[in-house]
Amino acid sequence: MTRLRVEQPGQLALVEDLGRPGLAHLGVAGSGALDRGALRLANRLVGNPDGLAALELLVGGFRARFEGETWFAVTGAWGPVTLDGRPVTPYTAARATDGSVLEVGTAERGIRYMLGVRGGIEVPPVLGSRSRDTLAAIGPDAVEAGQVLAIGSEPAASVPLLDQEAAFPPPAGPVTIALLPGPRAEWFTDTALATLFDSPWRLSEQADRIGARLVGPILERRIPGELASEATVPGSMQVAGGGAPTILLADRPVTGGYPVIAIVAPGSLDAVAQLRPGQELRFRHA
Amino acid sequence: MSRRLLPSGDSALLVECDSLDEVLALHDALAASDQPGVVELVPAARTILVALDPATLPLESAATWVRRIPVEAAVRSAGRAADAVTIEVAYDGPDLHSTASLLGVTADALVELHSSIEWRVAFGGFAPGFGYLVSDDWPFEVPRLDAPRTRVPAGSVALAGAFGGVYPRQSPGGWRLIGRTGAELWNPEAQPPAVLVPGRRVRFEAVGAG
Repeated sequence: MTRLRVEQPGQLALVEDLGRPGLAHLGVAGSGALDRGALRLANRLVGNPDGLAALELLVGGFRARFEGETWFAVTGAWGPVTLDGRPVTPYTAARATDGSVLEVGTAERGIRYMLGVRGGIEVPPVLGSRSRDTLAAIGPDAVEAGQVLAIGSEPAASVPLLDQEAAFPPPAGPVTIALLPGPRAEWFTDTALATLFDSPWRLSEQADRIGARLVGPILERRIPGELASEATVPGSMQVAGGGAPTILLADRPVTGGYPVIAIVAPGSLDAVAQLRPGQELRFRHA
Repeated sequence: MSRRLLPSGDSALLVECDSLDEVLALHDALAASDQPGVVELVPAARTILVALDPATLPLESAATWVRRIPVEAAVRSAGRAADAVTIEVAYDGPDLHSTASLLGVTADALVELHSSIEWRVAFGGFAPGFGYLVSDDWPFEVPRLDAPRTRVPAGSVALAGAFGGVYPRQSPGGWRLIGRTGAELWNPEAQPPAVLVPGRRVRFEAVGAG
């Protein structure tokens, strides 16, 4: 059986797939890869079905040795990737031989790599998914140095031939994110709603798989007081007491008590997943 | 009964009701109708999130379905989750006596009431497998602890606000602990993984402290 021996996990290496939707009523969030498009692309590049588990590598600094021959692809964040010291083009399928060493360096654009391997990362599923939910502590623990990950059996499809120029790395500069109306937009002043779209924002250091807190102007409330906790969807932008917005992501608490002013359109969620602390973003109406 | 439909992205509606009773009744009605395209219903204190697959059930159709569905008063003993689960409790929690005196009753009276009435899981959300329990026959409003515990053991039977609950896993928590159970309420290997799913009826049974 082909395996991947992780020698250095980097800042955070998690097994993620498309998550476990439909369990929020039991207190379980959807979880899964934060950059869904990167997961799907990594899987397609190596001939996998879209939803097989891959490794989500935060920032980089990852090194692993293949035990057996297989194909792999690195998508999502953009940075130096080498196999036995030779550069590997990002967003393409590459062949690993038995004993070859894969290194994923510090990301230059974006912040989350997806490392897909042909056959997928094979760990026991929990509630139908191999994803790590970092808030609920469900699914496989973060990958540690020395850990050996099994790789699943060969999928039916062959590794596709693709145009290698078709890669779009995450932008280095300002990112524009599309917003849908939120359920509690009327809790905010007209000024706050205008400011949300007119002002530049930056991603704060408080950004992880649970939520991404933004830095910018205060969003003033029209309706003060508390909101009874209610269910949120991925991309819900809640505004806490201080007036700073947080975009709730895959591992969020399934209910929240702060009013949701807007919701990141699903097509923009992957871009949020690749924002780096300090990076500028702007919002537009979806 | 009023139902306000609030936007919640391109594949969900947030339905707001005037009271928890209306949420419970509407949840029963929505769940009983088995509408194709509904991914899940996530009830909370005043709202139900209706998550859907827009390819099967477009948002506009879902809105019409939610607006028009007839709702009876919360059905007391019908529905798919009607079978009551009985949870055995040793009523020896560290906050039992202080909670009873806060409420102006004896510990025995508190235990007697807690274990004689039928509860219902209104909604979840605090943690995997945690259910907020309500009962028409529960008159108390219990203040949370001023300083939450950093570790509440799994199986702790607790009270806060108008709600009862049982901690399915060890976690931090500010509810007042009146007892403990050995019942397994959360098991990711089980189907369903949680015992206390919304709509489920619950009874507590006092057993000797062991």
